[in-house]
Amino acid sequence: MNPLFAMYVTERLVRLSGVDLAIIVFYFALVLVIGFYLKRFANTGEDFFLAGREMTAWVAGLAFVSANLGSLELLGWAGSAYQYGIMAAHWYWIGAIPAMVFLGIVMMPFYYISKTHSVPGYLKLRYGSEASGLSAITFAVMTILMSGVNMYAMAVVMKVVLGWDINFSILVSSLTVGIYVAAGGLFSAIFNEVLQFFLIWFGALLIPILGLIETGGWSGMVARIHQNFPGQDFTHMWRPMSSPANNPMGMYWVGIVFGLALVQSMGYWTTDFLVVQRVLSAKDIRSAKMAPIIGSYFKMAVPLIVIVPGLLGRAVLPMHLMPASNIQAGQYSYNEVLPLMLARYCGPALLGLGITALIAGFMAGMAGNVSAFATVWTYDLYRPYLNKTAPDKHYVSMGRWCTMIGLFISIGTAYFVMHFASIMDYVQALFSFFIAPLFATVLLGMLWKRTTRAAGFWGLLAGTLSSITMFCLMKFDPEHWVRVFALSPLAQPLAQDMYQSLWSCVTCVVVTFLVTLVTKPRPDSELVGLVYSLTPLAKEEHTSFWHRPVVWGVIALILLAILQIIFW
Amino acid sequence: MSEKHHIIPVWFFVGVLLLVYGVMIFVSGLTEWSHPPDTVLAELHAPVWWGMLLIVLGSVYCWMFRPGRTTN
Repeated sequence: MNPLFAMYVTERLVRLSGVDLAIIVFYFALVLVIGFYLKRFANTGEDFFLAGREMTAWVAGLAFVSANLGSLELLGWAGSAYQYGIMAAHWYWIGAIPAMVFLGIVMMPFYYISKTHSVPGYLKLRYGSEASGLSAITFAVMTILMSGVNMYAMAVVMKVVLGWDINFSILVSSLTVGIYVAAGGLFSAIFNEVLQFFLIWFGALLIPILGLIETGGWSGMVARIHQNFPGQDFTHMWRPMSSPANNPMGMYWVGIVFGLALVQSMGYWTTDFLVVQRVLSAKDIRSAKMAPIIGSYFKMAVPLIVIVPGLLGRAVLPMHLMPASNIQAGQYSYNEVLPLMLARYCGPALLGLGITALIAGFMAGMAGNVSAFATVWTYDLYRPYLNKTAPDKHYVSMGRWCTMIGLFISIGTAYFVMHFASIMDYVQALFSFFIAPLFATVLLGMLWKRTTRAAGFWGLLAGTLSSITMFCLMKFDPEHWVRVFALSPLAQPLAQDMYQSLWSCVTCVVVTFLVTLVTKPRPDSELVGLVYSLTPLAKEEHTSFWHRPVVWGVIALILLAILQIIFW
Repeated sequence: MSEKHHIIPVWFFVGVLLLVYGVMIFVSGLTEWSHPPDTVLAELHAPVWWGMLLIVLGSVYCWMFRPGRTTN
């Protein structure tokens, strides 16, 4: 059955009571009040697009991790945890923590010192307008598509839990997001991301608490999973990865270490402007370095409210969930595991809180994408190519308008998403198209002063095209090409994306290197503040030991190693 | 949080949100005490203690970050 049609035939899980509706209405009212309150502070370009660059490390850090913790994360990764088991936690731990620490310690000083407003803005300073323009266009496309993903996630919640009309839900939420982001710009987006962070934690934390009480703790949950699905390993992270045949993802550990940890996560957390923009709003360089490191601690804890509910679904749900592409009437897909668990444990009021958390996550995801889209469109496309000399006020106005326009375009993309079996498969495919090669281009630009203007552009273009080509080949002829690119015919879409990211990054590096060798580099004097070896970085010897970002970064990495051992 | 603009700290809004939701959830939990909903582990009365937790945290945030109090 077509997944879109299936949405209308599945019966709702619950009916909301008056108190549930009151909780939802209060959230909408509060975010609108905050948006109108913040409008008076968003008058200049720096205010609207970078929240005045006056956020503390804690606010920037929470917004940084919260921009990535939308409904998409909750629903998609809970579904992936049901589908792939605890291996999905790789995307939260080794696939996030090292990259966040790397951003804080190594890359943030360059972004901050160069006073850039965006990642394409850094590329413009380092490589010129060709690489910057390409990056800005691909990023704008990606944010619009990602907004569609968030809308789809929202539609799933409304369908499964409430039986609400999908179009109405999308329209009301989108308009609310549009109004408060257009009013307060990044100020509004960040404020609501912090609110959403608390909502999601308090709305979702009861599921693992009550679920583990029901199963008799972690060991009881594992025992039930083994009983329900004998012969399959859903509860170890590394042990089943010695062979693709031993794990539900169908991949070797090589894909996780090199494809995910070294390329995809580094690319996402250090060059995806949606998250980097939050850190750029920090009030000083120390706050900018601390923000992603603070975020890494919260990121490490997120599997408790995302991965554990997915695993609990394997243990306690009476029905077996299916891929969205194979779903029949009366069945539920992987992506619906979190709403199912919510309905299992939460009665009136708590259900309203959980639903509001999901709605807030969706709205924050939308807000994050449209605020990033507005910035990149205005500063990296509109200003350099269409109107170079307008006053600052004009660009703020442009930012407000394209916030609304971007929202309406992204509504149309929501239906495109429904053709993919798992939401996260789709998201990972997008990342591998645009983010993996971008990471190589940015990193080579920061670390190798010889890298030339032409090399930056051609490397980025070759990496992006190679990724799209690999994706198409594996979709149209999976039997042949999955074995070639993903090293195993058993590789699932998430695993395919890992290798796709790896090879596109390698392609970008090789092309950048070769083109650099035959083109003329810029003089050193033009690269001060943009390249590591030519930039004097602020020393921290006068900062107390416990206030040094590097200390907290190392502690985060130690905790990460301990978690890997515990769940090996 | 703000040095240039003197914006009310976001933590105050977090406090308001938690406090209002805490009261709603706590009261709802009390009203359904004698006839709990048809959910798993309803006998634990999760809304009552979860609502109390939100009320306490919300009150602390509202007090510590109330408008007019300098935090930075």
